[in-house]
Amino acid sequence: MSAFTALIVRDMRLSVRVGGGALMGALFFLVVVVMMPFALGPDLALLARIGPAILWLGALLASLLALDRLFAADYDDGSLDLLMMGRLPLELAVAAKAVAHWLTTALPLVVISPVLGMMLNIELRATGTLALTLLAGTPALTFIGLIGAALSVAMRRGGLLLAVLVLPLTIPVLIFGVAAANAAIVGPVPFGPPFTILCALSLGSLVLGPFAAAAALRHGLE
Amino acid sequence: MQLKGDSLACSRGGREVFAGVDFSLSGGEALLVIGRNGAGKSSLLRVIAGLVRLAAGHLTLEGGDGDASIGEQAHYLGHQDAVKPALSVRENLEFWTRYLGGGGEIEPALDAVDLAPLANLPATYLSAGQKRRLSIARLIAVPRPLWLLDEPTSALDAPSQVRLAELMRGHLASGGMIMAAAHGPIGLEHTRELKLGPA
Repeated sequence: MSAFTALIVRDMRLSVRVGGGALMGALFFLVVVVMMPFALGPDLALLARIGPAILWLGALLASLLALDRLFAADYDDGSLDLLMMGRLPLELAVAAKAVAHWLTTALPLVVISPVLGMMLNIELRATGTLALTLLAGTPALTFIGLIGAALSVAMRRGGLLLAVLVLPLTIPVLIFGVAAANAAIVGPVPFGPPFTILCALSLGSLVLGPFAAAAALRHGLE
Repeated sequence: MQLKGDSLACSRGGREVFAGVDFSLSGGEALLVIGRNGAGKSSLLRVIAGLVRLAAGHLTLEGGDGDASIGEQAHYLGHQDAVKPALSVRENLEFWTRYLGGGGEIEPALDAVDLAPLANLPATYLSAGQKRRLSIARLIAVPRPLWLLDEPTSALDAPSQVRLAELMRGHLASGGMIMAAAHGPIGLEHTRELKLGPA
């Protein structure tokens, strides 16, 4: 097993064990979306119209939840020092941690989103498309969040700082994610352009995120 | 193989920790870094490990792997044990062996630190000394020529300190190098000393 996969396996194991926080995001997502119809009232047309926005916002906030511990946990117990002394370039190590984080926190959101979509009066056919936009967009959220997590690593209670740093950067993802979902559900604009841009945002952050996060870690550990 | 430091300086938080530190360390040798609290013992080890930026001076490892940095050829045993409480003893060691690469066997390394009977126990149930030994097992499982040990005997009981000294002698006998920061003897004979801070 290579160092890259070893790190992914370790992080996934840690997050599904006691105190790990996998599924915490999914539960938060569930709670936010379930409460929404109670707050908005039984207007089915309104729910269907703003449903994609609610789901996307919920996913965005849920994906931020466990992010502040991504590097802080390794920093606290000295693991981060050793991670930096491995043969694996720090950029790849950071990317491995992000992949593990996405698999354990963002993928469950994508999986349960069709069910939650139905609660918001979104057609069954359209919920699949909505899940597809989340599948394409959440990697961007994770890899942008990675930078914030690396910047706030040495800080106690860095969670709020993380949100302030990361949320503005995720606005484009939110715009095109909701645009693509709306295009598929209510039309009449085509689904292709916003979805393609969403994919581009994910691919771009997949490349930039690890480099920026690794640079932040190197700088922060002085 | 030789590790050479030439007028090394380090500053942290805008304060100069040490400056003008020279040393050399050859294969099979151990160097004991001594000095008062705050003299920069830990900082020196972290500089060599590549975890803190060198403010001035040159650090070279002759006869090592030219493609790898010094940190990638060194083990760093710091104040923290890098042990994940949610993983078992074996899983902890397995991870570091795979991650650090070039790794050998898990079981002999656990045996070397007397943790083999506890291999399947979650590390959260280990005592401070046992966590320390698990951390030391990493040095055995993954062969690397340079050991940077920051107060390696802390939290270890007397038999474990003897065991650690045996492991260190074995490492030196196979041509390895040890650089240890300590306040007292670490159980090795014929160590040279590097004194940091005001004399």
